Amino acid sequence: MNHLPEIWGRPRNDIYGSYNPSYLKTSGPITHTSSPTVTGTSVVAVKFNGGVAIAADKLASYGSLARFTDVKRLRVFANSSVVGFGGDVSDMQYIDRLLESIDIREHYSTHGNMLNAKNLLTYLSKVFYKRRSQFNPLWNHVLVAGFDGNGAPFLSSADLLGNTFSAPHMATGFGAHLAVPILRRLFPEERPIEDITKDNAVAALQECMKVLFYRDARSLDEYSIAVITKDGVEVKEDEKVQAQSWAFAEAIRGYGAQTA
Amino acid sequence: MVSLMGHSYMGDTGTFAHTTTGQVKEHSFYPYTDNGGSTLGITGSDFAILAGDTRSVSGFNINTRFAPKVFKIGGDDETGEGAHILLSVVGFAADGNALKERLDAVVKMYKYQHGKRMSVRACAQRLSTILYQKRFFPYYVHAILAGLDEEGKGVLYSYDPVGSYEREQCRAAGSAASLIMPFLDNQVNFKNQYIPGSGEGHALEQKKAEPLPRETVEQIVRDAFTSAVERHIEVGDGLQMAIITERGIEEVFTPLKKD
Amino acid sequence: MTDSCLKQLAARRIFQVEYAQEAVKQGSVVVGLVNKTHAVLVGLKRNAEELSSYQKKVIEIDSHMGIAIAGLASDARVLSNYMKQQSLGSRMTYGRPIPPDRIVSQIADRAQLNTQQYGKRPYGVGLLVAGVDEAGPHLFEFQPSGLTHEMLACAIGARSQMARTYLERNMDKFLNCSRDELITHGLRALKETLSQDKELTIDNTSVGIVGLAGEGAKGKFESFKLYEGQDTVPLLEAVEQSESGGNAGESMEVDS
Repeated sequence: MNHLPEIWGRPRNDIYGSYNPSYLKTSGPITHTSSPTVTGTSVVAVKFNGGVAIAADKLASYGSLARFTDVKRLRVFANSSVVGFGGDVSDMQYIDRLLESIDIREHYSTHGNMLNAKNLLTYLSKVFYKRRSQFNPLWNHVLVAGFDGNGAPFLSSADLLGNTFSAPHMATGFGAHLAVPILRRLFPEERPIEDITKDNAVAALQECMKVLFYRDARSLDEYSIAVITKDGVEVKEDEKVQAQSWAFAEAIRGYGAQTA
Repeated sequence: MVSLMGHSYMGDTGTFAHTTTGQVKEHSFYPYTDNGGSTLGITGSDFAILAGDTRSVSGFNINTRFAPKVFKIGGDDETGEGAHILLSVVGFAADGNALKERLDAVVKMYKYQHGKRMSVRACAQRLSTILYQKRFFPYYVHAILAGLDEEGKGVLYSYDPVGSYEREQCRAAGSAASLIMPFLDNQVNFKNQYIPGSGEGHALEQKKAEPLPRETVEQIVRDAFTSAVERHIEVGDGLQMAIITERGIEEVFTPLKKD
Repeated sequence: MTDSCLKQLAARRIFQVEYAQEAVKQGSVVVGLVNKTHAVLVGLKRNAEELSSYQKKVIEIDSHMGIAIAGLASDARVLSNYMKQQSLGSRMTYGRPIPPDRIVSQIADRAQLNTQQYGKRPYGVGLLVAGVDEAGPHLFEFQPSGLTHEMLACAIGARSQMARTYLERNMDKFLNCSRDELITHGLRALKETLSQDKELTIDNTSVGIVGLAGEGAKGKFESFKLYEGQDTVPLLEAVEQSESGGNAGESMEVDS
């Protein structure tokens, strides 16, 4: 028996040759993430009268491989805000840990966690901007939903460059192309958000998740949805796209069963 | 075989032959994006106007129809109340925001340390150095700073991304700058406008540029943007106008075409 | 650890800290008090000599917070610069004004470190920190030992006991009073500390106030406002009026 623990489990040198540690790369230039690896696709969100609704599917893709099918991409913060993550999943988990430590720190204060969704977005955009400035980006595009300092519904996005935008309804990734037009048709800009009920918003998101599942090859029909109101955050993590109809696929020429 | 690295991992069999030949890999991360939009500033004898459209784009995508590009600098709190300087930034929005916040912090600290407001002239010089400090990783923005000078006259400074700056009567920046600037040359500085009957050919006398009244300037700003919206896809949605006078800062939002 | 050091600890005393606290007691008096909407700081400014300028007593930290100082002004400057930096940092990273209790515990930690580390000395200054957050106005007392307390009313510095007596006797009155009345109570407490031949003047009085904004205001907070020089005239007049008015009997009571 070999009594040196560091050798245990290693291929034997006399059979396989000495170990090649070159991949460990102890010298040479520092390398950073230059593309995401395991990724989540769209996040979709809408403001409604008295709150915000947000949804994201549960798929994490490794390139075109559907790698993980039970990934929760909505992160609740202080039972008053939700961060929806698109992009790299490991970076998402890193940011999740950052948020966790902030949450703990805030709870030392006499009045508990007073950071609202707007504060959270400011913080996240600073983290993203700092990392992009170091050429070491966190490869995410997030939506932050909750309330601002005046108690009004708040919805805004931050991306890997540190850019932030805000609008009554938003979507990241593929959703920016497929979901936003649906939301715009349902809730035109001239329609005030006070006219939109919670049920309207949730139904709209369900519709968006369906269309995304139909047309986004990196999506899944299982998704999480969160509704943020003054009473707190209500998250459902076992939603499934209902009433799917693939009849339209028959009409697509050049694929499937048809030959001409 | 003599390894240049002074040692070889392979042994002599070469079973695990290492095949990372010196192919240079390009960094695929590009830290900038162009968020489009346009800004414009014009000064008068006792006011300065800074304006910008409120559309924000990434490529052919509209991020939002309401992203202001004109900011109050030196305000007491988040509302910007009590500010005495205006800054507009157009280009890469994240850099624009970072720049605005840095300048705001500088003006705030100046007030704490000196017990008085920072002059626009001092602020303009400081903004130049802030931009130049990042000469080799620039803030990718075209900034315009506006306010009132020591005599109460409108002032306007325009910047390139690395900090060279100049005091001007008027300036357009951003994606539709090349559309708006010639219009301003003609309408504000009266370029190519001659006094009728003053002579023939080269003897024709140029119309002299004079500070314009506020109503005229506001109309020029509106005209500049409505025209730019027609011809530039990145400009539109809304017009934000901030007017600084000795009474403070007024802010006006008007709609632009959303197509 | 040296023998003397152990003896100090056995007696629960650290002489260095006690000397620092002595510096606070010799500083000119500052008074702070809160009600439901506002927090007020008032200070008595001293000039080192007849021809010199007056020392700053009330300093703005941010638009939602200010401090009043008693003790070594130069130590206070270091602390106030630190507080300004922290405050600006919070606005930068979270876009929110730093909660006063947060920044007070930060300076407390800094001050405590100075009482424990080799080659360092405690800050020779006491602070009153007045600020607002989502929960309303707050007043904190900070001591060189690193000890902090949230207070309803407080006075530190030379002859501050007189002011504390006034505050204790009138506390039930100012908890529900108006913004202007709160300033008047602060100034009257300050006045109690004056020796016979002294008066509150526009030169030696400093007032700072911060609080929740009234109805219809643009922001949620009323920004920190510092009154010095000519600005204090109406405030001092209000004090005279309150004394000559129906409350005269009460001020006599305090004196007795």
